Amino acid sequence: MSDTTQTGPIPDKPATGDETGKHGEMLSADGRSLKSSLNRALRRQKLRALMLIAPLLIFVLVTFIAPIADMLFRSVENDIVTNTLPGTVEALDDWDHSVGEAPGEGVYDALYFDLFLAAEAKEHTKLGTRLNYEQTGLSSLFRSSGRGLDDVGDDYLDALEEVDERWGEGDFVYRLMTGTGPSETGFVADRVRVLEKMTSETLPGDVGFAPSEEIRQLLPATTLAYTDFATFTALVEEDVVAEEDPWEAVYVGLIEDLQTADVASYSGPEAEALQAAKAADIPLVPLKQFFADEDGDWLDPNVWATIQTYSPKYTSGYFLNAVDMQLTPDGISMRPENQQIYLKLFKRTMFMSLVITGSCILLGYPVAWLLANLPASRANLLMILVLLPFWTSLLVRTSAWKVMLQQQGVINDVLVWLGLVDDMNRLVMINNQFGTIVAMTHILLPFMILPLYSVMQGIPPTYLRAAKSLGATNWTAFWRVYFPQSVPGIGAGSILVFILSIGYYITPEIVGGTTGTFISNRIAYHISSSLNWGLAAALGSILLAVVLLLYWAYDRIVGIDNVKLG
Amino acid sequence: MKLTKTLLAGTALALVAGGASAQEMADEMTIVSWGGAYQNSQLKAYVEPYMEMHPEVSVTWDESSAEAVAKLRAMNEAGNITWDLVDVVAADSIRLCDEGLAMEYDPEDLLAEGDDGTSAEDDFGDLLVDDCFIPQIVYSTTFGYRTDLVPEGADAPSEICDIFDLETYPGKRALEKRPINNMEWALLCDGVDKEEVYDVLATPEGQEQALAKLGTIKDDVIWWSAGADTPQLLADGEVFMGSTYNGRLYSVIEEQDQPVGMMWDAQVFDLDGWIIPEGLDEAHLARVKHFVKFATDTQRLADQAQYISYGPARVSSAPLVPEEMKQHMPTDPANSGNTFLYNYEFWADYRDDIDAKFQAWLAQ
Repeated sequence: MSDTTQTGPIPDKPATGDETGKHGEMLSADGRSLKSSLNRALRRQKLRALMLIAPLLIFVLVTFIAPIADMLFRSVENDIVTNTLPGTVEALDDWDHSVGEAPGEGVYDALYFDLFLAAEAKEHTKLGTRLNYEQTGLSSLFRSSGRGLDDVGDDYLDALEEVDERWGEGDFVYRLMTGTGPSETGFVADRVRVLEKMTSETLPGDVGFAPSEEIRQLLPATTLAYTDFATFTALVEEDVVAEEDPWEAVYVGLIEDLQTADVASYSGPEAEALQAAKAADIPLVPLKQFFADEDGDWLDPNVWATIQTYSPKYTSGYFLNAVDMQLTPDGISMRPENQQIYLKLFKRTMFMSLVITGSCILLGYPVAWLLANLPASRANLLMILVLLPFWTSLLVRTSAWKVMLQQQGVINDVLVWLGLVDDMNRLVMINNQFGTIVAMTHILLPFMILPLYSVMQGIPPTYLRAAKSLGATNWTAFWRVYFPQSVPGIGAGSILVFILSIGYYITPEIVGGTTGTFISNRIAYHISSSLNWGLAAALGSILLAVVLLLYWAYDRIVGIDNVKLG
Repeated sequence: MKLTKTLLAGTALALVAGGASAQEMADEMTIVSWGGAYQNSQLKAYVEPYMEMHPEVSVTWDESSAEAVAKLRAMNEAGNITWDLVDVVAADSIRLCDEGLAMEYDPEDLLAEGDDGTSAEDDFGDLLVDDCFIPQIVYSTTFGYRTDLVPEGADAPSEICDIFDLETYPGKRALEKRPINNMEWALLCDGVDKEEVYDVLATPEGQEQALAKLGTIKDDVIWWSAGADTPQLLADGEVFMGSTYNGRLYSVIEEQDQPVGMMWDAQVFDLDGWIIPEGLDEAHLARVKHFVKFATDTQRLADQAQYISYGPARVSSAPLVPEEMKQHMPTDPANSGNTFLYNYEFWADYRDDIDAKFQAWLAQ
């Protein structure tokens, strides 16, 4: 700063020819062009200003912008399906829902092993809740099926133990699965990643198990189930794999594998036991059959179509929901008429916010004019009257309106007493739009009066007098001279009131009934009651976008420079 | 597998039990409840007695039960659980348990035996609705009506279908702003058998039918969302009859002496109880377990019934409930002639779907 003030265009010594460069550029004392010198100084100044606001900026970023961005991101995020059922989603790739038939055996096999791991990690119910937003009944389908998964494996284990007692022992199966020769460490690492994604946790540490390549080729399903068991046991439960009894899913995989595996030529550890198990020829229960017995809904193609439709990592489903549409396997369509609500609420929120803003202007303008034109002592008293409700709790003011407006309330009582209203037909003034508009106008009025007041204070009273002395009537003087100068105050007040009311929640909730509630009441419902945070985020994003759009439109039409807060 | 697992679990338990006596227990607990008369009954019945026995313990209350599920979810995502014990209704417990936010426990291990020697599992019986829920009380949602506004010549309303009878009982009704309970009542009064209500409600036609029946009184309904609304509306004379929790009506009638009567017909039972958040550190967990064992024993649950008219969740507590309180209990034979039990499974599945329809219907 200091060097520019000394060498700026108004130095105490006059600029000489020496200080003008070849191209007529002004040079500062140190010989640089004045422009770059000035820029440098300004940059330093800006940096210093930035450092001064840095604490606030970081505070706002960390506590305000980041959480909002995170929340808004949920409106498209949908990786729970692929993370919980990775194998199933992959197997479902080839399935075409339009055929109208349930998918083939392969999908059910993948589902069993995915679901078993998910049930152990207690993630399957979360997925059920998620999918239930799209199709009713999936919540209990996942919850109840998660409970029955052990049964089929238990039956297999009983049969296997009749052949060889050791099948139920942890170290026996561990030896068999470890095998000999080169081992599949990459495969184990893959399954650890699957588990990490499913539980959204990082799981460091050593699994202490890796199947041999030979075993994985011979018994692929068993290897998958056992590796999942091993990773879960070692990394989540933090136990030693060989000492724990394998999951039931391992035996399900084994019996599946034994149908086709050529175990006769295998010679690794416990090969005889494997051959004996194959020779026992334990009957296979196809997993499709098993799921159909658990719950007939698993054969319903619609269930699978829903899973398939919502398997991508990102979805437009929440946003479509937020505008009364839905994402179906056959594409995007409107929701049934009896479920359409959000567009109506958005429109109502806009309309009522406009009405409230309008009422605030009508009521606030004369008050602000009085405030600006009364002698200071009386203006101060009036100011206190304006601010007093401003300092009272929002809930108290809203509840007070309840007492005033209800059918057995003060206003109705007075009207009945005056004989203006029949006792049997008292006016309904609350739990509807009227109640919301009255209460919110009252609550938001100070936000209109204060900017109006400070703008009006800046308008010199001499202008009005000058207009009148030039022959204007009172009305012309006001309308042509005074009002245009107060417009910036109206603009500022309107923006404040409108943006505040568009996101208002508590007053409509208390006095709004069914016809006076806003979109924010539905957002609150989805955040705290239905827990559909994705939909709440989508509704919130739309509301934010609408506000920004209106702000932009306001800037184009009125000009944001025309807004004055004081 | 199962046998070894049980054995191992048994050993682990023995170790924990052996270690527990020596283990440090945290000296502070944050308990989340509903506030008001209900929280007061908990304070009087077991929190204060517990603090007398263990003066080193300090208890912080947080009146956040209404938003408990959302807040616990947020705490879990932030990785910072600040609550030690949370009071929730059974439906919320099921959701928390589903999401892995509530701790699963073994009733035989955590809860005390009944005074008469029955095991905790038998004493609570069916009320253990999932693996996480520690039941405290049975409450019901039922109707209260203004005794002074009953039309002349008419009997006081005594049947659920009187709600829909605008001719005999004109005046406003207060109903909760959600489909649960209202849809069931509507179907019951539209000629559907009690046993078939949920089968019918599972179909789109049944849902339409219920909404159509509610539509007959829609213009005369004030929809409430907080439990205190109906008592207030009744006291102000704003409504003739309205649904709310029976304990709230009890305090309007008995403590505030308002001219309000109870209509127990088709009351809907629901449960309220504790859950322990998943992920507590050992010291806090040990303290909470110690407290819960005390707070849910037979005597303590019976004591709670002295302060609020909700039924204790233990069978063995019932005989200890004071005689003058029994008549106000939803479970009293005189009151429970015709009852409904909140169908958790059904509403877990159908909540989103029916709620969308219900809200769209409300907004029409």
